[in-house]
Amino acid sequence: MNNVSKSNTVEAKHACCKPKNTTQPDASDDKVTNNLASSDQQSEHHLIVDGASCASCVSKIEKALNSVEGVQSAEMNFAQRTVVVVGNVADASLISAVEIAGYNAKIDTSESEEEAVDEKDKADAKYYKKLIRDMTIALLIGVPLMIYGLAIGEMTVTTTTERLVWFAVGLLTLGVMIFSGKHFYIGAWNSFKNHSANMDTLIALGTGTAWIYSMVVVAVPDLLPLMARHIYFEATAMIIGLINLGLALEVKARGKTSEAIKRLIGLQSKTARVIRDNKDIDIPIENVLLDDLVRVRPGEKISVDGVVTEGHTAIDESMLTGEPMPVEKTEGDKVVAGTINKSGSIVFKATRVGKDTALAQIINMVKRAQNSKPPIGRMADVISAYFVPVIMIIAVLSALAWLNFGPTPSIAFAIVSATTVLIIACPCALGLATPMSVMVGVGKAAEAGVLIRNGEALQTASTITTMILDKTGTITEGAPKVTDVLVAKKLSREEVLMFAASIEAGSEHPLAMAVVESAKEQGIEPKKVTGFASIAGQGVEAKLDSNVLLFGNEKLMAKRGINIEGFIDKAQAFAEEAKTPMYLAVNDELAAVIAVADPIKSDSIEAIKRLQNSGIRVVMLTGDNRLTAKAIAEKVGISEYFAEVLPEDKAKKVLEFQKEGEIVGMTGDGINDAPALAHANVGFAIGTGTDVAIESADITLMRGSLHGLADAIAVSKATLSNIRQNLFGAFIYNVAGVPIAAGVLYPFFGLLLSPVIAGAAMAFSSLTVVTNANRLRFFKAKDH
Amino acid sequence: MLWINLIGVALIAIIVWWFWLYKPSSVALQEGVVEVIVKDSVYQPSKIKIPANKESVLKFTRRDPSSCAETLLIPDLEINATLPLNKQESVTIPASPSGHYAFHCQMKMYVGELIIE
Repeated sequence: MNNVSKSNTVEAKHACCKPKNTTQPDASDDKVTNNLASSDQQSEHHLIVDGASCASCVSKIEKALNSVEGVQSAEMNFAQRTVVVVGNVADASLISAVEIAGYNAKIDTSESEEEAVDEKDKADAKYYKKLIRDMTIALLIGVPLMIYGLAIGEMTVTTTTERLVWFAVGLLTLGVMIFSGKHFYIGAWNSFKNHSANMDTLIALGTGTAWIYSMVVVAVPDLLPLMARHIYFEATAMIIGLINLGLALEVKARGKTSEAIKRLIGLQSKTARVIRDNKDIDIPIENVLLDDLVRVRPGEKISVDGVVTEGHTAIDESMLTGEPMPVEKTEGDKVVAGTINKSGSIVFKATRVGKDTALAQIINMVKRAQNSKPPIGRMADVISAYFVPVIMIIAVLSALAWLNFGPTPSIAFAIVSATTVLIIACPCALGLATPMSVMVGVGKAAEAGVLIRNGEALQTASTITTMILDKTGTITEGAPKVTDVLVAKKLSREEVLMFAASIEAGSEHPLAMAVVESAKEQGIEPKKVTGFASIAGQGVEAKLDSNVLLFGNEKLMAKRGINIEGFIDKAQAFAEEAKTPMYLAVNDELAAVIAVADPIKSDSIEAIKRLQNSGIRVVMLTGDNRLTAKAIAEKVGISEYFAEVLPEDKAKKVLEFQKEGEIVGMTGDGINDAPALAHANVGFAIGTGTDVAIESADITLMRGSLHGLADAIAVSKATLSNIRQNLFGAFIYNVAGVPIAAGVLYPFFGLLLSPVIAGAAMAFSSLTVVTNANRLRFFKAKDH
Repeated sequence: MLWINLIGVALIAIIVWWFWLYKPSSVALQEGVVEVIVKDSVYQPSKIKIPANKESVLKFTRRDPSSCAETLLIPDLEINATLPLNKQESVTIPASPSGHYAFHCQMKMYVGELIIE
């Protein structure tokens, strides 16, 4: 199946939230690594068909598509000119089938990320205008009434003329309620029918109570004592106006919280220049097919993921990885969508298109993470489930207290306090406190090339006490080089390298690759071996013609009874220089000691210091020998390290630390260290550039630098601190505001809050939360 | 005053009953695809019963422009989705064990329940 197909479901979305400690392969991992064209999975393909002018075209197009091998069903929507095809089939076959039938077709990308963002922005802008209009109308009535009230002191009804005038004002206020506040009342009524209550319920009850009471005063004043004949129409109109204003400002502020994702989406290019029939043609990005050759000139964006087939250039990947230095690319190197070609002109073969590109998956992951909630938000969720009915009960109790114990006119005090309690309570601030900060924090991390899987990973990362770092590829470059070849037997250096390269040719271990690379550099081609076997944590064995080869560490030699005496000292000397010595035995005799060194990344020392300075215990784990491990650890300033750890024992080490009560972060390459990453409280997969399986860990560091790790911790701490501020503010606001609204200050200071002030406070409380979350946008990890 | 106090207590009792104690009548089991409209502070329907251990699809159409309706969360199934305005978004519920699973927007203005039986 071609990956361009629009399968607009969120089936895979929970894959990101899979429980920890699972060793099952992630469906989305397959997506990263497999060419889905060869998958047996049936999937939906959405096409837009052009040129279908009559209903009979429908059957013609459906018939053409159904005749394509692999198509299970094809259904056309004539009104929308769209076709949904189900089957295991390439998009190109579908497009050509439609074209042969005499129509034009293209892949439907109507829900491309960019368009979705545009549509959302348009919808938000429209909603904002509506809220501003509603607010204006409500305040046009409310403000003059309030000024009048302040000018004359109190709005009461004493004469028939006053009654008539106030009746007209009451009807006008009703108009405001219907025109500007309709959504609150409809929402409240629908929720009520649904046995649930929310902010709408409180606003509707508060403003409704004030209006009904005022209308009772106007219509049947004799029901109430003279002193209680107050009018609260201005409160109703003002509250509706202010809350609409608060919502409008919130829409604006919320837009800013999603800037990071918009920026990522903006990286996608709209067109690509593909080479078809030896001609360069510009086509929409959605029509690029797997294996298409794409030409990119200097300054242009890479449109889809691929492998360079021609040319040489430097590519700026900073927008995805945070790595400022352009990366050199030549034939055989991978390029990813969204990055910018800086210098040369290249041609690359498309290997991942549409929603399968690394960029599309990054966008997906960031979006999912932005929507997820860290555990810290659960308390607010529990509270908000009970919040509104509790506020309603407090309003009733407050009214009863005023009626029983309040001064005259107690009914007026009761109405004011109940209304104010209902209006000041703000469940929204509580509800918004966590998600807004997560939204900004996750986006901020993405900008630094740190992909956070979900809210839980974000929160746990902020509490890590011990960080375990794998050595190879994490602290070091992961691209070792052969530095010394010490020949022990009557063999030439070339023969030694040929034997070593031949036995290691099939291995993907960085050390093995270094040996093969070194042999090739010297023009030595590895030969085919037989009986290859890998001995975990020790080395490899194989046969080359009649020679039995063994290549590995001291343990392997000891196990096989190979005499290495006389070379142990030299091997140790290599190790003390942070080189890894490996022994080659041919026919049960030591043939050579080959030393391989993996340089430490230039900024590892500084980044490790940053971690240590933030109070984190940094530990190094490696499968390498003790002396090499010691040398590396000392160089980078790590005092605790564990050498000769077998891959399967890395997870055990993580568990040991956890048993000591530590909250453990594990950083590795995400492939060899997968079990340890899964067992850690937070697993960090460190990538080299964009070539990383982004679903393999809780947090993925897109660039190879360990500064990404320190940045991830810093962002998570800043986000959690922001969430705490928000939650604290929202709790304090409600805990202090509701009793004050109920009138607890009245007995001491004669102070009773006006419902209008309560409305303003309520409207701006959620705005404060969003604004505080927006402060995170300016967060900067320590300069490095 | 006695009557007023009694009315107040009755109001509190009604609030407690209506919002917390009320047990809604049973909902019919819906197989396959269930369409849900997100509008005016409620999911329609807000109680959805789907079969256990069988995949189902909920098709949400958001008609409310307010941003709080935009996000759908089903925390216990670890599902979240962004609902575009006036467009249908399919949310696949994987084969799951029996149970009651709350779904809601981020601020819990919208609440619903997924009954898997």
